[in-house]
Amino acid sequence: MSRRTATADRAREQATEKATGKTTGKTTGKVPPTVETTYREAMRAAHREALLRDPRVFLMGEDVGRYGGSFAVSLGLLEEFGEERIRDTPLSESAFTGAGVGAAMRGLRPIVEIMTVNFSLLALDQILDNAATLRHMSGGQLSVPLVIRMTTGAGRQLAAQHSHSLEGWYASIPGLRVLAPATLEDARGMLWPALEDPDPVLIFEHGSLYNLSGTLPVEPTPVDIERAAVRRPGTDVTLIAYAGGLGKALAAADLLAAEGISAEVVDLRVLRPLDDATIIGSVSRTHRAVVVDEAWRSGSLAAEVTARIVEQAFYELDAPVERVCAAEVPIPYPHHLEEAALPQPEGIAAAARRAVGEHG
Amino acid sequence: MSDKVVAELHQPTPEVGDGGPDMIQLLTPEGQRVSHPDYDQYVADLTAEDLRSFYRDLVLIRRLDAEGYALQRQGELGLWPSLLGQEAAQVGSGRALKPHDFVFPTYREHGVGFVRGMDPQSSLQLFRGVSQGGWDPTEHNFHLYTIVIGAQTLHATGYAMGVKMDGNVGTGDPDRDTAVICYFGDGASSQGDVNEAFVYAASFDAPVVFFCQNNQWAISEPVTKQTRIPLFQRARGFGFPGVRVDGNDVLATYAVTKHCLDEARNGNGPLLIEAYTYRMGAHTTADDPTKYRVSAEVEQWKFRDPILRLKTYLAHEGMADDAFFTQVDEEADGFAAELREGCITMETMAGETMWDHVYAEDHPVMEAERAAFLAYKASFEEAN
Ligand SMILES: Cc1ncc(C[n+]2csc(CCOP(=O)(O)OP(=O)(O)O)c2C)c(N)n1
Ligand SMILES: [Mg+2]
Repeated sequence: MSRRTATADRAREQATEKATGKTTGKTTGKVPPTVETTYREAMRAAHREALLRDPRVFLMGEDVGRYGGSFAVSLGLLEEFGEERIRDTPLSESAFTGAGVGAAMRGLRPIVEIMTVNFSLLALDQILDNAATLRHMSGGQLSVPLVIRMTTGAGRQLAAQHSHSLEGWYASIPGLRVLAPATLEDARGMLWPALEDPDPVLIFEHGSLYNLSGTLPVEPTPVDIERAAVRRPGTDVTLIAYAGGLGKALAAADLLAAEGISAEVVDLRVLRPLDDATIIGSVSRTHRAVVVDEAWRSGSLAAEVTARIVEQAFYELDAPVERVCAAEVPIPYPHHLEEAALPQPEGIAAAARRAVGEHG
Repeated sequence: MSDKVVAELHQPTPEVGDGGPDMIQLLTPEGQRVSHPDYDQYVADLTAEDLRSFYRDLVLIRRLDAEGYALQRQGELGLWPSLLGQEAAQVGSGRALKPHDFVFPTYREHGVGFVRGMDPQSSLQLFRGVSQGGWDPTEHNFHLYTIVIGAQTLHATGYAMGVKMDGNVGTGDPDRDTAVICYFGDGASSQGDVNEAFVYAASFDAPVVFFCQNNQWAISEPVTKQTRIPLFQRARGFGFPGVRVDGNDVLATYAVTKHCLDEARNGNGPLLIEAYTYRMGAHTTADDPTKYRVSAEVEQWKFRDPILRLKTYLAHEGMADDAFFTQVDEEADGFAAELREGCITMETMAGETMWDHVYAEDHPVMEAERAAFLAYKASFEEAN
């Protein structure tokens, strides 16, 4: 879908170079030039690109300006784009999200940053009852092209009220598109198509990913915000994960490979609408599935994915679908308990072994 | 609109560090006692010994704070929110409370907890992650910390409504009439919860004193991002009294809080106190304030240090001598050593405790997960 697919242009290339400060790799020949970057820098480059490309784009939230964002995504943007476009807001999630809805209806392209998904609950009415419903309730007259970004997930010893994974809840709301970039490419490439979407888009950034580092092409690769992605091909079992769970699923796939089990890893990426075709396609090849979700098991996105597999690929399954989720407790603050509460590669590998071993 | 109204509406926010003419002060930054027609009565019967104990509290909680900071830097605590600079606001207001009053803190009121008689290890326990909650809120009528900005103002309002429903307001019995005090920050003043708490508390005449420590910053955002008018003036729009006090003046904070608590206990709540102070340190150990504020501002506030001004006053009035100050410093050294020792020897929580208290009673999901965890844990012992 070209409307939602980022296209390369010179402005973006400059944005990447300027935001990350370095260019590596060849500039001629077949290998495209690449830059060393991090998830955080890739997000920042995506913001710069959007701000440069479209004067209607602006960012607002708590500590996004002088401080550069609580996770340093917007560091330096205030200096470059000024206070009109990089706005520190009063401490009121409901107020700045609601203002984002209003600005979007007025034709602007606001990016609202909420510190963590927990605090988005103070803005829940604006997200669920307003942003997500206004097009429908106005008979298509109103449009809310709003992007709301927030951190999600645990693992950084920030205690329950900063560590929950509530993106699955949002993924059940009609009217929203919900994205969960887990790779550098997606961190770099999802923002622009999200801004081009005429409907509200939520982007969940897992807090453990900001320091993820690697290389990206200088010319960002187009990113599709419709489809899941197979991140590692395999034949024996499909590990389905997203956001912070992706790295753990890939690590589990490494453990399994050492034992001769070939795991395919699917990154959901788009939590709403779910890309059934990619999920079902993979499970139909491997005949076994393990769903990884850092949220609580009961009523989770993992439950939804599992139900779809059972509905659509029941006769393809050689084993029951396994789920690896967080312990059903408020995420603990002590580091060792927090680690114990979350899905870990060893637990994912164990679930895969059960699926393969007991029924293989 | 008349010119007067327009002029009033455009009254500028006072300079940082000034506090403006409405700010109640009993001790100047230089340690001079200045009298106030309304508030002198609340400090009139404080003895020299009382004042020395105020001083001691100020010094000890600054030390507690320094230890908390150091322990976090050494990896012994996950996080530490510093109270540096806000000692007088916390000691003055905390000492004004009666034991049966109830406190709703934010996450920074280690000093209030201390003067309530709480074991100072409690806040270290919380931030070390060896206990859920850190302390028993009923032991000293000091509620647990709240991290969701502003949420506790509604809890305090509801609690105060309960106090009133129990008939513990306006009876004239000093052992019975009860006030609730709720701490929050300048940044919190923008939250919907806080504004709704104001509306609600006013509507039900709740015996609650809203105590805003305006420390000028909400992480990186200056108070001017939250408000155009001095925060205490907001109360007027909600229909209850608001007062600004010099939060670095322990006497004034004590006097103003005593007055407001009396009012609340007598049934004249709610009330708002804005304690004008300054966050001398970082927001928490996870923050670096040099990124967003100038050191000149911090330097300026050093001249308003809450401890130094009381010390100067005590020395000048002959209420304390060098021997006393030395003795307090020595006590603080011992106190610090005890805190450290206590902190690093705290026992960690066993993994299976994670499933405790999710519900009041046994719950099938918790039991199943706990059992699976214990079996997993036992598998290591078998392997050994
Ligand atoms: C609802 C909510 N939004 C955002 C945060 C993140 N946060 C933690 S402290 C803080 C600043 C609070 O400032 P203020 O109310 O002035 O209190 P202070 O820290 O200065 O004591 C913010 C934004 C939070 N904890 N809760
Ligand atoms: Mg503050």
